[in-house]
Amino acid sequence: MTADLAVVGAGPAGLTAAATAARLGLDVTLLDAAQRPGGQLYRHPAGGPVPRPVRRLVRRLDRVTHLPHHHVWTVVRDGDTWLLHAVAGPDEAPAAVRARAVLLATGAYERQLPFPGWTLPGVVGAGGAQAMLKGGLALPGTGAPPAGTGPGAGGRIVVAGSGPLLLAVATTLAAAGARVPVLVEASGPAAYARHAAALARNPAKLFQGALYGGALLHRTTRLLTRHAVTAAHGTTRLEAVTVTRLDPDWRPVPGTGRRVPCDALAVGHGLVPQLELATGLGCATRRTPDGTPAVEVDAEQRTSVPGLWAAGETCGVGGAELASAEGEIAALSVAGRRPPAAAARRRARLRAFADALAAAHRPGPGWTDWLDGATEVCRCEEVTAARIRAAVTDLGARDARSVKLLTRAGMGWCQGRTCGPAVARLAGRDPAPDRRPLSCPVPLSQLAQPPGAEK
Amino acid sequence: MPDAVIVGAGVVGAACAYYASRAGLTVTVVDRGPVAAGTTGAGEGNLLVSDKEAGPELDLALLSTRLWRELAGTLPPETEYERKGGLVVATDGAALTALRAFAEGQTKAGVEAYEIPADGLGDLEPHLAPGLAGAFHYPEDAQVQPAMAAAQLLRAARADVRLGQEVTAVLTDRGGAVRGVRTSHGDLHAPAVVNATGTWGKALARLAGVHLPVLPRRGFVLVTEPLPPRLVRHKVYAADYIAGVASGSAGLRSSAVVEGTPAGTVLIGATRERVGFDRTLSTEALRRLAARAVDLFPVLAGVRAIRAYHGFRPYLPDHLPAIGPDPRVPGLYHACGHEGAGIGLAPATGLLVAAALCDDPPPLDPEPFRPDRFDDTEGAAS
Ligand SMILES: Cc1cc2nc3c(=O)[nH]c(=O)nc-3n(C[C@H](O)[C@H](O)[C@H](O)COP(=O)(O)OP(=O)(O)OC[C@H]3O[C@@H](n4cnc5c(N)ncnc54)[C@H](O)[C@@H]3O)c2cc1C
Ligand SMILES: Cc1cc2nc3c(=O)[nH]c(=O)nc-3n(C[C@H](O)[C@H](O)[C@H](O)COP(=O)(O)OP(=O)(O)OC[C@H]3O[C@@H](n4cnc5c(N)ncnc54)[C@H](O)[C@@H]3O)c2cc1C
Repeated sequence: MTADLAVVGAGPAGLTAAATAARLGLDVTLLDAAQRPGGQLYRHPAGGPVPRPVRRLVRRLDRVTHLPHHHVWTVVRDGDTWLLHAVAGPDEAPAAVRARAVLLATGAYERQLPFPGWTLPGVVGAGGAQAMLKGGLALPGTGAPPAGTGPGAGGRIVVAGSGPLLLAVATTLAAAGARVPVLVEASGPAAYARHAAALARNPAKLFQGALYGGALLHRTTRLLTRHAVTAAHGTTRLEAVTVTRLDPDWRPVPGTGRRVPCDALAVGHGLVPQLELATGLGCATRRTPDGTPAVEVDAEQRTSVPGLWAAGETCGVGGAELASAEGEIAALSVAGRRPPAAAARRRARLRAFADALAAAHRPGPGWTDWLDGATEVCRCEEVTAARIRAAVTDLGARDARSVKLLTRAGMGWCQGRTCGPAVARLAGRDPAPDRRPLSCPVPLSQLAQPPGAEK
Repeated sequence: MPDAVIVGAGVVGAACAYYASRAGLTVTVVDRGPVAAGTTGAGEGNLLVSDKEAGPELDLALLSTRLWRELAGTLPPETEYERKGGLVVATDGAALTALRAFAEGQTKAGVEAYEIPADGLGDLEPHLAPGLAGAFHYPEDAQVQPAMAAAQLLRAARADVRLGQEVTAVLTDRGGAVRGVRTSHGDLHAPAVVNATGTWGKALARLAGVHLPVLPRRGFVLVTEPLPPRLVRHKVYAADYIAGVASGSAGLRSSAVVEGTPAGTVLIGATRERVGFDRTLSTEALRRLAARAVDLFPVLAGVRAIRAYHGFRPYLPDHLPAIGPDPRVPGLYHACGHEGAGIGLAPATGLLVAAALCDDPPPLDPEPFRPDRFDDTEGAAS
């Protein structure tokens, strides 16, 4: 059995693409690592209510073969078809899907920039905190929710980092009952003015709006721009953070640090595209305005590799609306239809806006100044900033790969997903496109006997 | 002006720099990437005598084994030199007979090898599969961390190291003798140039106007999740690996050297196939590696691989490296084409090159490694 199209990723991009392609008469298989459709934005607990936008999309999936809990670890060419290998379900069973065309809609993951104390319990990723709340879990640092309250109830949670996602996170936390005393954003309004016509008309207002729109936050939360959490304090768990003013290159301004007591810190510096399936297949990448690589696609979402399309945040971070728009265009293209001009214009407008935001929130090179030598940059392998710097100055490392070879940074369980961007910066580079031939752990027994999908 | 420019900051270039500077020469090392950017960063760190049949490569390996042991006392512990020993197992009686003959030749050449009967295998490797015919234990087999070894050799050499600079031409004088190289960052003058560019050795040789048929031979390695210590204690592989190493065929050859690392991960590698510089994942290569490893250690079946990587070995048609002066171009030296053994053979190679640069007597007979031993047909002047 060969599908006309296999879609990897059931976020807004993949769901829209699968539904559109099925409507056009294609035989579609949709695979996603998660148990529930919806991707990062519409994450929801199994058994709980399905978010409305997902319900709408899922309703359109009736003719699609949906394979949840299938983590695709590689896609390989096999004659004139593609073979997708997946690890399926909690038992990690082998699975394979054969398809004539493949759409990669693998989304993005959160960028972390380390700082002293970031490994303390109570420090969580901003997007991760958001996802945990949506998944029905209590935030670490806030304890179990008291009866009748939301999962974040009662705790003081500082939200920090950079990018428009912070606002969404702060709002979700506040809605769950947490107190968000301060939202700390490293970028400043000037960055919006500097970067693009798409943003520049009223940058200060837009910036405020983008970061600070919710009325919910207005009364209780202070917005501090051009600041960063440069240290987290506590003995067994987080007790306070140091918030410091930054110069335009994100270098901490000496003498401006002050301590803010809190129970948890939700921190993230934007998102980076999830690329490994695409790079494994040899797809060309581009560098987005915030310095991270993304899959390069043409006006119809075709990658540089014939038979392979990509849509959504794997092509550059830009939000759910853009992801859906791209999913639809990709599906039309796979079906051999020219996307309507209006769709193309909409995509171009949203992409331009996303790129302008990316430029405005691009991490300044000075952030590395808030590390001290003992800060663990790679948590899996416990590699400190001092060791990484020594590999660069004394041993001839010049990029993330050579740092990895000389220090083991990025060799652990997460395979550099957490520390990659930071390590590249410490080596003086923008991160190179991720290369992970196995996009998730695969049992040897399965590698030894991969299921062959029938033609 | 340095006495020599060494092109390539892989383990071989680093060893050349180390022994040249120990011999009193000043050297400059140039690489277009960082340290260990090439195959050295994609290899395992096996320093094997066990897989080499009696002959010139084994002689080189035995000299290297001695030198690595010396270096282990000089270089910092991060180099992770460990003499853990190799265990070559025979799956059936025929393989054991062949292995016995192979080991006998090696022993005559000076290798330590001890036959282990089937019922003694459990003492050395408690998790080995049942039903194996027997094995040979090679206590001299050792390992290093290759990238670190290259970096530390370079550091100890106190060479002038220029990273991120690509060599784009070999400069010669009117008489045709080498007088330096042109790089992306300007000219470097020196009376001698050492080609230590590994898999790219053919391209560099061509810049000097000579033909050296180095080809890439791809290899994959699988890395497991961290496991309890001492699950696998030696470098363990099946005897058919030896046939794979010596094979000239372009098809996929696999063997699985299985070994534990200090970090707890188990390495399984590597395959051998000639497919040019093809970087796409081969599930067939991974299948064979995983299957061989599980055959040897059934406990690995339930273990997960967290990473796979590949590299391109520098391969010459007769499986021997090119080491020493190139009589076709005065001042040009080669140190490349070590295929799957460049980490192991680096010190002896460095020592040979240093001796040649100084015009000292060679530490062993360099004749089999002569760089001009191949047919000169392929467009040498182009
Ligand atoms: C942690 C996090 C929290 C976020 N929170 C918000 C928010 O609160 N508000 C907001 O507006 N935006 C938020 N975003 C951004 C938002 O999720 C995206 O804009 C949007 O989801 C992009 O849609 P997509 O379809 O491109 O990718 P995604 O929604 O990310 O979907 C990608 C899907 O691909 C799957 N996948 C990836 N690799 C594989 C593989 N190898 N095999 C199988 N499946 C795979 C993933 O499981 C995922 O379901 C968040 C993003 C992240 C990362
Ligand atoms: C999967 C795999 C496993 C292996 N396992 C082992 C093992 O266990 N034991 C063992 O001994 N060997 C092993 N090998 C082989 C070993 O890795 C190689 O033989 C060895 O690394 C070769 O080293 P080198 O210094 O010659 O080449 P390289 O490390 O490739 O160095 C050559 C350098 O030259 C540079 N260069 C090239 N052209 C130019 C130019 N024009 N200008 C500037 N710089 C240039 C490159 O950037 C590169 O850094 C393995 C190889 C593979 C692929």
